[in-house]
Amino acid sequence: MALLQISEPGLSAAPHQHRLAVGIDLGTTNSLVATVRNGISVVLNDDEGSALLPSVVRYLADGSLQIGMAAQAVQSEDPQNTIVSVKRFMGRGLKDVGDVVDLPYRFVDTPGMLQLRTAAGVKSPVEVSAEILKVLRDRAERSLGGELVGAVITVPAYFDDAQRQATKDAAKLAGLNVLRLLNEPTAAAIAYGLDNASEGVYAVYDLGGGTFDISILRLSKGVFEVLATNGDSALGGDDFDQRIYCWILEQAGLSQLGVNDVRLLLTHARTAKEQLTDNLQAQITAVLSGGELVDVTLTRDTFYDMTKNLLARTLQPTRKALRDAGLAVDEVQGVVMVGGSTRMPQVQRAVAEYFKQTPLTNLDPDKVVALGAAIQANVLAGNRSADDWLLLDVIPLSLGIETMGGLTEKIIPRNSTIPTARAQEFTTYKDGQTAMSIHVMQGERELVSDCRSLAQFDLRGIPPMVAGAARIRVTFQVDADGLLSVSAREMISGHESSIAVKPSYGLSDEEITQMLKDSAQHAKDDMQARALREQQVEARQLLEAVENALQEDGALLDADGIAAIRASMEGVRFLLEGEDQTAIKRAVEALNQATLSFAQARMDKSVSGALKGHKMSDLES
Amino acid sequence: MSAPAVDLQQDFFTVFSLPRSFQLDSAALDQRYRELQSQVHPDKFSHLSDAEKRLSMQWATRVNEGYQTLRDPLKRGRYLLTLHGIDTQEENNTAMPMDFLMQQMEWREGLQDAIAAKDIDALDGLADTARNETRNLQQQLAEQLDTTHEFVAAADTVRKLRFLEKLAEEIADAYDELDS
Repeated sequence: MALLQISEPGLSAAPHQHRLAVGIDLGTTNSLVATVRNGISVVLNDDEGSALLPSVVRYLADGSLQIGMAAQAVQSEDPQNTIVSVKRFMGRGLKDVGDVVDLPYRFVDTPGMLQLRTAAGVKSPVEVSAEILKVLRDRAERSLGGELVGAVITVPAYFDDAQRQATKDAAKLAGLNVLRLLNEPTAAAIAYGLDNASEGVYAVYDLGGGTFDISILRLSKGVFEVLATNGDSALGGDDFDQRIYCWILEQAGLSQLGVNDVRLLLTHARTAKEQLTDNLQAQITAVLSGGELVDVTLTRDTFYDMTKNLLARTLQPTRKALRDAGLAVDEVQGVVMVGGSTRMPQVQRAVAEYFKQTPLTNLDPDKVVALGAAIQANVLAGNRSADDWLLLDVIPLSLGIETMGGLTEKIIPRNSTIPTARAQEFTTYKDGQTAMSIHVMQGERELVSDCRSLAQFDLRGIPPMVAGAARIRVTFQVDADGLLSVSAREMISGHESSIAVKPSYGLSDEEITQMLKDSAQHAKDDMQARALREQQVEARQLLEAVENALQEDGALLDADGIAAIRASMEGVRFLLEGEDQTAIKRAVEALNQATLSFAQARMDKSVSGALKGHKMSDLES
Repeated sequence: MSAPAVDLQQDFFTVFSLPRSFQLDSAALDQRYRELQSQVHPDKFSHLSDAEKRLSMQWATRVNEGYQTLRDPLKRGRYLLTLHGIDTQEENNTAMPMDFLMQQMEWREGLQDAIAAKDIDALDGLADTARNETRNLQQQLAEQLDTTHEFVAAADTVRKLRFLEKLAEEIADAYDELDS
């Protein structure tokens, strides 16, 4: 056997390499990518120097695509094939999406998530989002000069499980390794909090293009603790445009417009909205496809009036979040404004009035989410930053299962800190019942029909008993991304059944693999090469992690233990130079297996270390 | 392999290194919670091996569960009784003193009236009353658990507190309802 190499104490075997990681804000209206460069979070621009990528994708008949600015420019010429605000459709069925009649798309009512018929075929919102993410991935890889280790993708805090899963699927489809799904207001709080070294309770008011979130956080000694979150995942700047659009129709006496005219007037509505931020009135002039001239003037007062109840719809979740956090308005130390829609003066005024203080706007509301996500990505990729901090986030909506009578039994209440798990026992309803259907729900209402159905699966093989005798233990586990998995176990027979909650709204892994294949048939070799490189990167990271662990805590192992792990590491190193992706993957799995009890010992050590410090401070006090 | 110094089966008081009693130093609990999470949270392990990631998720889940249990007086009382081998039987033991039940009915009627009249002041008053009564019962529970060790009586107090928790939830829902 080869002699083992031992490096000098305190020195890592490999020189520390900066791992390329990015934060991506996948927005309703615009998307951005940011990274930490020389310790500072910066937004990456495209070749023309602009940071914002309009979240617009146009599908052409020849299969080619236009994404961003180019697509946005032609949206009223080709509205049916130019998809804007696709985020509103993520993880949503046709019945979930209100006022679709006003949208110029050809919807396909597929079970679970709706789809869109375009010149290039039927597309799911996940595929459309993946196109946007691919552009940002390419931008980042060109700008940083290397392949990304991974990305943190932000989602509205009030996104439910189906919407989160759809976002994660889109990222996978775009070839991104998702380090974490991060809530948008929390990302903004990181960018603000680390910038200002603040302490105390903060509210983050995040009004984007299509979603509204309110989060209440406590910042103390480097810990960001989300206390409560609330919101409306179908309320944003788009609704303000819609109000202006309806007002234009009314003023000009129009009805039954064609899709091109609808898109044209919506674009004018948006421009008017933006003008009213700095001006007291906005002129709206447009010529419709039939030659009719629309020429109306919208004053700021009229605009405020017609959007008053939209503002009220943001304050109601705000009050709820504060109640959930058990706090009064005057306990909030600062209010952070996030999202382009918070530029509207009436929004700023309403927030200032409610919180009795001027909201903070010193970071660009369009960029702050991406900046925060990049900081989190940097830490998750293993690039240690000088200031050590921790993020404790929550799930926005309660999770439960359906019981007899169409009622929902909550298992994990909303605003529970994640990761979290909870088990509850249920029993049979009928004598001799041998199977049970587990219907997983998300939402706050008591009736199943008022909550969102996430998944349904059956537990079979329950031994026949009288009603009420069987004991079925249902366990919910929510991971740090806020994603749920559920298992059910009959305690007497031990029969078990489980599900990672995806099928009713997300895409299965097979579907994603198929989509990846379809979209890259001509680039098959390229994909294989990429998969090999990704596997190699993962293997190298694992080797480095284990090497560091051995240096730090090798003393926890005896000589045999060290030798076994070293041998496994050699196995990975040997295969790493080759081109057999499957072999590398197997070796990585073997190394993971070999380090299992070592990992356990290390965790025990760090936990008891945390407690030891306390016992000492107790003696002093 | 060295024997694990800490394991996932330990009770929450041990995990947080706090004395096993109902009276609790909540500042110390908060501080230990943050320090433990700083050691075990999945964000600290995302670049490490799968084994370490899995352990970290189990530990972070356990620490969150412990924090939720110890922070909330009702959950803490119930948990202490479980450690003493006593089931509080909140689902099936409804034998409550008549005067307590009458009082509950009176409050619930007051709540219905406040909702019907959209009377926020009445709701505030009811919330105050419920808070005071909860505080009294918590003090009683502290006596029973920490001083006199009357665990059967303590289980009665836990059941009463559960009634008040439900009332508080209904009051919170009423605020939401009047708000919308």
